[in-house]
Amino acid sequence: MMRFILPFVIFLILSVFLYKGLGRDTREVPSPLVGRAAPAFVLPLLHEPGKVFSPKEMQGRVWLLNVWASWCGACKDEHPVLMALSQQNVVPIVGLDYKDKAIDGEMTLKKAGDPYSLVIADADGKVGFDYGVYGVPETYVIDKAGIIAYKLIGAVTAQNLREKILPLVAELQAK
Amino acid sequence: MKYLLMLALLLPTLSFAEVAKDIADDPVMERRMMLLAEKVRCLVCQSEPVSNSHSDWSKDVRQIMRDKMKAGATDQEILDLLVERFGKSVLFDPPVDKETMPLWSAPFILLLLGGAGLYYQLKKRRGEVAEAELSTQDEQRAAQLLNESPAALNEKTAAQKETQA
Repeated sequence: MMRFILPFVIFLILSVFLYKGLGRDTREVPSPLVGRAAPAFVLPLLHEPGKVFSPKEMQGRVWLLNVWASWCGACKDEHPVLMALSQQNVVPIVGLDYKDKAIDGEMTLKKAGDPYSLVIADADGKVGFDYGVYGVPETYVIDKAGIIAYKLIGAVTAQNLREKILPLVAELQAK
Repeated sequence: MKYLLMLALLLPTLSFAEVAKDIADDPVMERRMMLLAEKVRCLVCQSEPVSNSHSDWSKDVRQIMRDKMKAGATDQEILDLLVERFGKSVLFDPPVDKETMPLWSAPFILLLLGGAGLYYQLKKRRGEVAEAELSTQDEQRAAQLLNESPAALNEKTAAQKETQA
């Protein structure tokens, strides 16, 4: 009897592992930055290059840092979701225009609408590198103390907004 | 004709053999950078090292490596910086620590489990073989068979076949 049960049990265990592996996105690498302070930077604003922004200015507020670019396809998918979110006025969204020409970034927002509280331009991608960006779009949830609480790789969708980001934002805001 | 066709089949591989090109103002440093970049995983393409990849992200990483090398950073410092930003999975050879322990120990655990299974099976089988004792009847038959000459045996089987037919 054992000789039939044992292979079957091994088969079941393997199946569970393989099945779990099927649903996983191998591009999603756990970020070592979660739980650490958001790297400091000073970057010019996209709309007013004379002015600069630094994460310090958001101290005491929970905010989202959304890395996007005019050349990024998946950013167009998440754009309507971000537009809807900005209308709810629950959390400020700072856009980081990653490795983009300022004129292209501005044109994109002019055409499709601007969901951001403010947009900063990271033309050479140096700040993106500090934040461990390797595929746009990426979205960071940053808490009142300036600690990165969550990082989303890939597009913001109605689903992950409802299930993960918004509950987390509410929890952090209550703190 | 056949050889020409074979050659033609090889053609597409040529274009893939090209390694990502960059500006190299200092060939020694470029070589050092490329050697280091071989140890780093391109996170966009996953199974490709940064040294071989054409992705924008890999180009950036190579440029950052060059900049850091120019600034006097050691290879280890550069790898540490990348791990700090992107996590241990950027290294093709992740370090042995608490988090990667299951990964590194898995082959040994599996080997031990397999060895234990094999040992158990063999022990069980040995027990089974030892149990099979010969009865006196079997022994007599074996002795008889051994005493018969090959020729006699052949005759016997031939006779058996005839009676069967």
